Amino acid sequence: MVSNMKKLITRLQTRYELTDLVYQRPDLTLATIRKDKLRSLLIELRDVEAFTHLTLLTAVDWMEEDLFQLTYMMTNRSANQTLAVRVMLDRRNPVGDTIHDLWPTAETYQRELKEMFGIDFPSSPRVDEEFILEGWTDLPPYRRDFDSLAYSQQTYRDRPGRQTHDPREHMKKHLYPDTEPGGTE
Amino acid sequence: MMKHVDPNFVKNADKEFPLREEMRPRTVETPDGQTIEIDPLNDYFCDAAPKVHRKSYSKIVEAFYNWARAESLWVLGFGTGCGAIEMRPLMTPRFDAYRYGIQWRPTPRQANLLIVSGYLSVKTLKRVIRSYEQMQSPKYVMGLGSCTINGGMYWDSYNTIKRLDDYLPVDVYITGCMPRPEALLSGFDTLKQIIKAGKGEGANIYAENFAQYKANQKAVIKDWDMPDYSW
Repeated sequence: MVSNMKKLITRLQTRYELTDLVYQRPDLTLATIRKDKLRSLLIELRDVEAFTHLTLLTAVDWMEEDLFQLTYMMTNRSANQTLAVRVMLDRRNPVGDTIHDLWPTAETYQRELKEMFGIDFPSSPRVDEEFILEGWTDLPPYRRDFDSLAYSQQTYRDRPGRQTHDPREHMKKHLYPDTEPGGTE
Repeated sequence: MMKHVDPNFVKNADKEFPLREEMRPRTVETPDGQTIEIDPLNDYFCDAAPKVHRKSYSKIVEAFYNWARAESLWVLGFGTGCGAIEMRPLMTPRFDAYRYGIQWRPTPRQANLLIVSGYLSVKTLKRVIRSYEQMQSPKYVMGLGSCTINGGMYWDSYNTIKRLDDYLPVDVYITGCMPRPEALLSGFDTLKQIIKAGKGEGANIYAENFAQYKANQKAVIKDWDMPDYSW
């Protein structure tokens, strides 16, 4: 199975300049591609290589590198192979290419990414409408520079008397009482 | 209230959310050619504030009323969070809440007990408030599980309220995550005792502190596109 996948990657690699190849599992392969080559690769994978199912379209926030990573996961059902294609976007002006005309489900994923990460997909249907949140005025909440705890403390009132037990402190106290605090881990 | 908040994460509280376009007052042309002014928020709803319902003239009559109220608890089947799962065995033969005179109704108009059965996102809170306000007085609210009490496992969530009693007058809280149907039955029993003792005054508390409740609700529901009191 892996050899089939390697053959496929070899066929595609030179034309599409795939980088950062990871053979994660026998049935899962990851690769990175430039944004302008993405669409033709997706079409070829769908129409020629039988990767007909868009399993997932999601994003990763690489805040330190100033990048958003879009991950398009496609599955070839008959061969039981999944290929995840990664595209890096500029985090300061994240604009992705819409693929709602290739897979209609992508419309929903793209609306979610717009709301939760602020990644825009121009000309995707209803992408500017609110998706799950209503009346949201702050940063998109899945961005890593949005602090959920700070937001909730400033928005919703706490009820006093709530106790929390940090697992690490709890284990230090009850399971390893002789370890000195602040020692090496 | 606010603690350990990094100055970078101080919320921008002044930002307003614009009213949805279809809710704004405007001039429209009717199918028969007239030009009319419409104001969707005021044309279709009566937004008169709720009034405090006076007690009966005599103590013994009020006690009778309270006994009758306690014995007819009609639950609004509003399932939010995981507690909605616990209500299914409660209304079916395994636990059979009907034997205590408690039954489920599909609409707020026919119910007098609102069970908020778990976490409330801001979006759901808006629907819960509308449902609560459409119920007939006297009405009661029961909060189920840690989520309604102090946020539970959603204590740091950006979109989940922590204390239900900030937004609605709660008569009974049932602890647990989730409370089992037995705990709910016990909660119904407690609620009955509260009502019989004349302390089930949630609707009156809501009417008395209406401004405060509205201020709390509007502080979290940014797109307030409904009348202040929706009958």
